[in-house]
Amino acid sequence: MRDARAEVFLWAAQRVTAVFLAFFVLVHLATIVYAVRGGLGAAEILARTHSSLAIPLFYALFVLAASIHGAIGLRNIAAEWLGWRGASANAVVSLIGLVLLALGLRAVLAVSA
Amino acid sequence: METLKVDVWRGGAEGAYQRFEVPRRGSQTVLDVVTHIQRFIDPTLAYRFACRVGMCGSCAMMVNGAPRWTCRTHVDKVARDGSLRLAPLANLPVVRDLVADMREFFDKWARARGQFAPTRTRHEAFTKVDPRTPERREADAAIECIGCGVCYAACDVVKWNPEYLGPAALNRAWTLQQDVRDGAREARLDAVSGDAGCHSCHTQMSCTEFCPKHLSPTRSIAGLKRESLWSLLYGRGRKP
Repeated sequence: MRDARAEVFLWAAQRVTAVFLAFFVLVHLATIVYAVRGGLGAAEILARTHSSLAIPLFYALFVLAASIHGAIGLRNIAAEWLGWRGASANAVVSLIGLVLLALGLRAVLAVSA
Repeated sequence: METLKVDVWRGGAEGAYQRFEVPRRGSQTVLDVVTHIQRFIDPTLAYRFACRVGMCGSCAMMVNGAPRWTCRTHVDKVARDGSLRLAPLANLPVVRDLVADMREFFDKWARARGQFAPTRTRHEAFTKVDPRTPERREADAAIECIGCGVCYAACDVVKWNPEYLGPAALNRAWTLQQDVRDGAREARLDAVSGDAGCHSCHTQMSCTEFCPKHLSPTRSIAGLKRESLWSLLYGRGRKP
């Protein structure tokens, strides 16, 4: 049964991305607290993001994890709350995931060098 | 004499509660109350029981909104202000009065591959199962299910998703996954995976809270999730 394997994969992917997101969110919040101490300004932020390869890489992974986690989560909500399952639901949540990924990566590219 | 005010569901899916006054007695169980109504007040009341001692799993119903095995539930423990409200088990179709249709509940045991799949014939020697092995201990912890349906009636995931196999069927599948003699573990893992299976469990633990045998279907379901993950990572066959 291929379906069962796919379901286990999605279930595992959502949990693994959750673990990554917990780490990413903590680092993100800590970075904000650290960054605002010198006052917030676009130039200052861009200076930081331009000077580093680690920051764009970090946020690219963050965006990837969030879009995977969000899409699978929405699929579960659609199934449980709306009773909406099957190909149409899968297509719509996949599209949402891809849009999130595109928007997020676009933002990451915009602030990196 | 002190009396209990008992509201009892009458009818099928459509129906209403009917009020009965039942004499209060010492060490009275909810099943005693229902039996009193049927024998002395209204012989047309439909309900189900067999053993009266917590073995058969046939007398479960909703008591003041919670699923209980009525033969071992004392009125003292569950009555509120001297009153009881009795209804057929939730999440199942009503046959009549306090009798729920258990077919779907047991069909799901079959869908979860709840049947033992032997790997030896009668011409071969017995498999020796050491009671101290981890597999046997896991099975022991989950095997005393009497099939009363209390967990099924307590489960919110069953309420949301009528296809969901439910705690009892998944618990049964887990005991067989721990059986070294069984030959259908991979097929069973497929049968209990996905939207209708163990991965839909929200770990709210209502099944474990209400199980009259103090089993933990939640633990069994977590075990199935874990095993499905190992199977995904390490391929088919035994867990590492």
